[in-house]
Amino acid sequence: MLRADGVSFRYGASFSLADVSVDVAPGSLTGLLGPNGCGKTTLLKLMCGVLRPHSGALTLDERPLSALTRRELARHVALVPQETHPAFDYTVMEMVLMGRHPHLGTFQVEGPADLAIARESLAATGTAHLADRNYMTLSGGEKQRVVIAGALAQATEILLLDEPTASLDLGYQLQVGALLARLNRERKVTMVLATHDLNLAASLCDRLVLLRSGRVLARGPTADVLTGLMVQQLYDVDADVQFHQRAGHLTVIPVRRTR
Amino acid sequence: MSVSALRRGPLRSADQADSSSIRARLAATVAGYGALAAATCLLAPLVGSTHISLTRVFDRSIPFADNVDAQIFFVARMPRVLSGAVVGAALASAGVVMQALLRNPLATPFTLGVSAGAALGAILVITFSTAVTLGALSPVPLASLGGALFAAAIVYVLATRPGRAMSTSVLLLAGVTLNSFFSALILFVQYMADFTQTYRTVRWLMGDLDVGSFGPIVASLPLVVIAFAMFAMLPRSLNLLSVGVDAASTRGVDVARTQRLAFLSASLATSAAVSLAGPIGFVGIIVPHLVRLMVGVDHRIVLPASALVGAAFLVACDLVARTMLAPVEVPVGVVTAMLGGPFFLWLLVRRS
Repeated sequence: MLRADGVSFRYGASFSLADVSVDVAPGSLTGLLGPNGCGKTTLLKLMCGVLRPHSGALTLDERPLSALTRRELARHVALVPQETHPAFDYTVMEMVLMGRHPHLGTFQVEGPADLAIARESLAATGTAHLADRNYMTLSGGEKQRVVIAGALAQATEILLLDEPTASLDLGYQLQVGALLARLNRERKVTMVLATHDLNLAASLCDRLVLLRSGRVLARGPTADVLTGLMVQQLYDVDADVQFHQRAGHLTVIPVRRTR
Repeated sequence: MSVSALRRGPLRSADQADSSSIRARLAATVAGYGALAAATCLLAPLVGSTHISLTRVFDRSIPFADNVDAQIFFVARMPRVLSGAVVGAALASAGVVMQALLRNPLATPFTLGVSAGAALGAILVITFSTAVTLGALSPVPLASLGGALFAAAIVYVLATRPGRAMSTSVLLLAGVTLNSFFSALILFVQYMADFTQTYRTVRWLMGDLDVGSFGPIVASLPLVVIAFAMFAMLPRSLNLLSVGVDAASTRGVDVARTQRLAFLSASLATSAAVSLAGPIGFVGIIVPHLVRLMVGVDHRIVLPASALVGAAFLVACDLVARTMLAPVEVPVGVVTAMLGGPFFLWLLVRRS
């Protein structure tokens, strides 16, 4: 269980997160919602140890993250950043094999088991045919799936995703969404998903945490938290939230700004 | 082994990426480019104003004292060739490390001000020398080493934040500012100097591999060896660092430690090279880019390949410098710059 308990963090003088508590239960798929600058990315970076909190505690199975080495932590928690821009032309296979880094010693080389995991991760994300391609030449959707494959190759039980569908068109959004749902269902990967896409969150997440100005506005099961009132409080937007029969989940139709 | 066998093109298929592929590629790379570097170092001393033959050089039946060919080969020409190999290997590897550290393929070993610091040290001694020597070490290399390490220390202190990753933009800004500042000081010292001193300064700035004996090379070796031992720890972390700082961190790289190690090792190698032969430009950027075109971008292959190709490249450039306008010798820095300038522009055009 990954847990943030009363966590605060600030960039410079202004508060970025204030007294935020989140429990990420094993096997859950938690959505992190909120307007731009509300602290979603900061919270994800705290949860994977890239940032250290100024107060409060982050623990993984009761152990403080600060007591784990980077390598140990990377064997339990992986992050899919919003965008990945390598400085050099790595191949897709090279990018995915980098996910094995925390499992290898300084001078150790990837063995057959590491390659098998990398291939399997490529297959799971539908990118096996891209293995020899240059990462930089891929489309946005292909890149995002390759980065997810790299995180899968890391073989962690927890996967943090920072707006994985932000730069994707509708088709790729659904494709990546379906991929995440399948990984959560079949491989029991615990996920925390920061997103602006309320409909994606409604279709995927069993729990939601709503962040506004660095504070938790609400948290709980998706059906309880995702309401017109909450959307109004979160984004200052009047929205219809309805269960959609054909989609099989709640949908959010924004109507107008209220401020 | 031909160079084409080391290319990645059609060879990089799925089954090439089998379990032993990195080791096999590394072995092939080291063997292939090692042979290239060794052959260059062996053949380069044969060329020069006096013709000598390789068979006579290694003819053991003639005593060394009577074997003029062997004396020319080992005493007159070999120190220069070896200093080219050491400097070329150090600058090319330092370039690879700097480019990964700054996440910028156009970075060079001199981007962060090391060469300007070295130049200032050298020029101060050339201009105000009181002929201080420490044992076998002559004052100009010592002063340039001191200047280089001083510049590196300033940038290091400015860019390091306790417990956090170095800021690449602070590194770059500090380096660029230091380069300009030291250049201004160099001009000021030049203004104070007389013609002879100015001429020596300009010659030093052009870079020169004619070290005279094996002494200076041996003196620089400890630094170079330490730097290469540090390089050996880095390649897989450099791969991740060049993908992204956060990405590296979440994949288990201790980013702050890797950056410090990368900065210190590249600065050490560059300082040693510059104090030995002056600031020889463009080796640190041409060689890594050529190598990436041939072997791909994995730093586990690129770093050792660049060291070997860098050695061969600089020895070959120096051969051109010695023979192009013989009996006049062109400074090797002029040759690498004449090759490197257009190459750099071509890279920029190709990237956009």
